[in-house]
Amino acid sequence: MTIQVDMHDRLALALQEDLTARISATSARGVLIDISSLEVVDSFIGRMFANIAAMARVLDATTVVVGMQPAVAITLVELGLSLPGVRTALNVERGMALLQTSLDGAGEEDASGVP
Amino acid sequence: MPAESHEALNIRSSADVVSVRQAARALAERVGFSLVDQTKLVTAASELARNTIDYGGGGTVQLELVENGVRRGVRLTFEDQGPGIADLNLALKDGYTSGGGLGLGLGGARRLVNDFKIESSPGAGTRVMIARWK
Repeated sequence: MTIQVDMHDRLALALQEDLTARISATSARGVLIDISSLEVVDSFIGRMFANIAAMARVLDATTVVVGMQPAVAITLVELGLSLPGVRTALNVERGMALLQTSLDGAGEEDASGVP
Repeated sequence: MPAESHEALNIRSSADVVSVRQAARALAERVGFSLVDQTKLVTAASELARNTIDYGGGGTVQLELVENGVRRGVRLTFEDQGPGIADLNLALKDGYTSGGGLGLGLGGARRLVNDFKIESSPGAGTRVMIARWK
């Protein structure tokens, strides 16, 4: 999924619902969220990513957020947002590799998918 | 020299938060902020605009280009007529929230700007002024 608009809050909440419905409908094991077009991630949007990751985990899927712009990363850290429970990768390729690794290693582990 | 550009926006809905972000971005670009500084100002504006809705019941923001000697900057003043904040020190503390948020809005916004001033008392609403200088 690629986010390409300046999201207002209700849109972010709708996204959260749509995504969890899709995970359930498709039995997805991995969720990749590309935020390379997002110029701002504030605490509301950050919390949405954490929520998506938590909901996906309950549905037995792993979430990776990729493509965060450097200016956004600097601002997030200064804001004090650490995105707990959200895995990140530099770009789509590395994010897919991370998802693959986590799926390969998931067989012997508990449902949380955390090694 | 007084502010050379002045704009006021109402903050009533989450769509207005997007408008505030866009207006703050436009001013930051005009001043010539780096991308990182633009992002910090816009993110602080987003936090405060949302606070205005969630805790103040809606309000307004004044956006200004300001000069101080040779320095140029952007100043944003958020005002609401909501219930106000009884304990400002507590409200500025990371992790404290009276709503359902993460409690990063006020303290986080303060870290992202150069000047931060808040005035509030119970029943009298809240006024937050932030500025970032180039």
